[in-house]
Amino acid sequence: MPVIEARGLRKTFGSTVALDGIDLRVDEGRILGMIGPNGAGKTTALNAILGLTPYQGELKVLGRDPWDERDALMRDVCFIADVAILPRWMRVSQALDYVAGVHPRFDRAKAEGFLAKTTIRHVSKIRELSKGMVVQLHLALVMAIDARLLVLDEPTLGLDILYRKQFYDSLLNDYFDRSRTIVVTTHQVEEVQHVLTDLMFIDRGRIVLSCTMEEFEARYAEVSVRPEQIEAARQLKPIYERQGLGRSILVFDRVDRQRLAAFGEVRTPSIADLFVAVIGNQYQAQGVGR
Amino acid sequence: MNTQTDSLPESLETRAVTPAAISRTQPFYWSVRREIWENRSIYLAPLAVAGLFLLGFLINLITLHHRLGISIRDATLHRDVEVNAYQLAGALIMGTAIIVGFFYSLDALYGERRDRTILFWKSLPVSDLTTVLAKITVPLVILPIVCFLVAVATQFIVLLLSSIVLLGSGGGVATLWSHASFFHFSLVMLYHIFTVHGLWYAPIYGWLILISAWAPRAPFLWAVLPPFVISGLEKITFNTTHFLALIQYRFAGPQGPGPMQAGGDADFTAHLIPHGFFTTPGLWTGLLVGAAFLYAAVRIRRCRGPI
Repeated sequence: MPVIEARGLRKTFGSTVALDGIDLRVDEGRILGMIGPNGAGKTTALNAILGLTPYQGELKVLGRDPWDERDALMRDVCFIADVAILPRWMRVSQALDYVAGVHPRFDRAKAEGFLAKTTIRHVSKIRELSKGMVVQLHLALVMAIDARLLVLDEPTLGLDILYRKQFYDSLLNDYFDRSRTIVVTTHQVEEVQHVLTDLMFIDRGRIVLSCTMEEFEARYAEVSVRPEQIEAARQLKPIYERQGLGRSILVFDRVDRQRLAAFGEVRTPSIADLFVAVIGNQYQAQGVGR
Repeated sequence: MNTQTDSLPESLETRAVTPAAISRTQPFYWSVRREIWENRSIYLAPLAVAGLFLLGFLINLITLHHRLGISIRDATLHRDVEVNAYQLAGALIMGTAIIVGFFYSLDALYGERRDRTILFWKSLPVSDLTTVLAKITVPLVILPIVCFLVAVATQFIVLLLSSIVLLGSGGGVATLWSHASFFHFSLVMLYHIFTVHGLWYAPIYGWLILISAWAPRAPFLWAVLPPFVISGLEKITFNTTHFLALIQYRFAGPQGPGPMQAGGDADFTAHLIPHGFFTTPGLWTGLLVGAAFLYAAVRIRRCRGPI
C-alpha cells in the first residue's frame, strides 16, 4: 500500500489555482523532497496530505481520506510545519508531559534521550531557547513519536548551517528506517541532496519533474566545456547553460555520458542547478524572467 | 509455547517501547491542563483580588473603632461587618472570574492562530472537538471551581481575622461564630456559581469562543460590535428593543441579580433553590444556542490555520 496516493489533486483559492490536478505516489521507506519556488503549491499539497485543508480530487494517506479521517490519521502521521511554532510560554518539561499525555505512540524515554544530547534544560521555557534549540526540541518530540509518515515543511528555515546539518543527520541516523516515510520541502536543496531517495519539482501547482535519485543521477549530467568546444557541445541540446570560471557549464538530459566525456569531466548536477535548469527555463521561455 | 529465540531483537524492542493505549479522556484531560498552564490568570487573578481584599479588610477591621467610636468588642457589629465582607468578597471574586473568563474565551482559538502554535496542536492526535470542549471547560467549570474555592477561603479568613481581633480585645467570639452565616453563604454561592456562571452564561462563552475561532482579527470588536449594531438597527427600523432585552436578560440572569443579597435564615432555602431555574425555557434555549456556537467553532477550527 502506498503511503500517499493522489490523483487529480486540486485546490483553488478563489481564482488562484494552488494545485492544478497533481498525481502523486509515495511508497513506504522513501524520503521525498518537494522542491519548488515560493507559491508553487508545496505547502498546499502538504496541507492537503495532513488534512488541514479540503481539496478536490482523490487523495489517500495510509489508506485514509485525510480530510474526513484526520483525527485517526494523526496517530500515524506527524509533522513540523515551520520553525518556531512551539508555544513560547511552555516549559520543556510541560511539552514532554503534554505530548506524552495526548499521543499514544510517544516514547518519552526516547525524547529524553535526544534532549540529553543537547544543552536544552527541562525547566527552560521555550521562549528562552534559541531558534536552533527550539527546532532541536521539536525534532526530539517528533522523533520519539512512532509515526509512519513524517512531513517536514521548511523545517530548517532560518537555522544556521550547523543546526541544519545536525537536523538532517539526526533524522537519518536516529529516526529513519525502511518502515517510515518522510516528505520534506525546503529551499536549502544542497543539504538534502544526499538525504533524499526521491525528488519532485513542483511549480505553479503542477509537478514538473518526479524521479528517484537513482533516475536523477542516471538521467542528468553536467559538463564544463571550454569556449572552443561550446558549439559542438550545444549540438547535443543542453537543457541549461551557465558561465563559470571561463568555461560554460552545460546540463544535459538523457545524453550518453560517454559522448559528453569528450568535452570534459562529467558530473551529476546539483539539485539546485537542475532546479534552475528545469524551472528557470520555463520562466524564461514564457518571458516571466526571474 | 512459541520459540522466539531466533526472532529479531528489534521487533521485541519495538514492542517493548510501544506505550499503552491512551484512553479517550486523556487528550481532554491534558488539553485542559495545558489551558491552565498557558493561562495562569485563571487562578492568579482571583487569588490576587482575594489577597487585596483581605488586606483591605484587615485595615478596615483595625481602624473600625477609631472611625466609628464604638467598642471593638461588640460581636454584633462584627457580624454585620462580616456579612458585608462575605458579600463583597464573593462579588469581587466572581466578578473577576467573569472578566477572566470573558477574555480567556475571546482569545481561546484566536491566540493559537495568532502565535502560529495551532500547527503544533494540530500535529498531535487531539481532535478539534476535544480542543474546543477543553477550552469551554475553562470558563464553565474550572473558573467557577477556582472562584468558589478562593471565595470560600477568603470568607473563612475574614471570619478568622475577626475572631482574632475580637479575642485580642477581650470580646467573646461565640456570638460571632454562632451567627456567622459562613456555611450558608458558601452553599448559596456554590449554587449560584454553577447555575448562573456555569449554565446560564454558557451561550455567552460559546459566542466568544465561536468568534475567537472565526475572527480574522480583532475578536473583541467582532464579539461586541454585532450585538450592539443589531440592537441599534432594530431600534431604528422597528422601534423595538427585543434584541437588547434578550441580551440584558442573558446577562442579568434568570431572576435578576443573583441570590447574593441573601442574609436571613428564612430566605435561605428560597435563594438556594430559586424556584423554576431548571424549568426556565431561557436556560435550555441558552444551552442549545451555546452548543450550536461550539459546534460551529469546531467546524471553523477545522479549516483554520495561522494568521
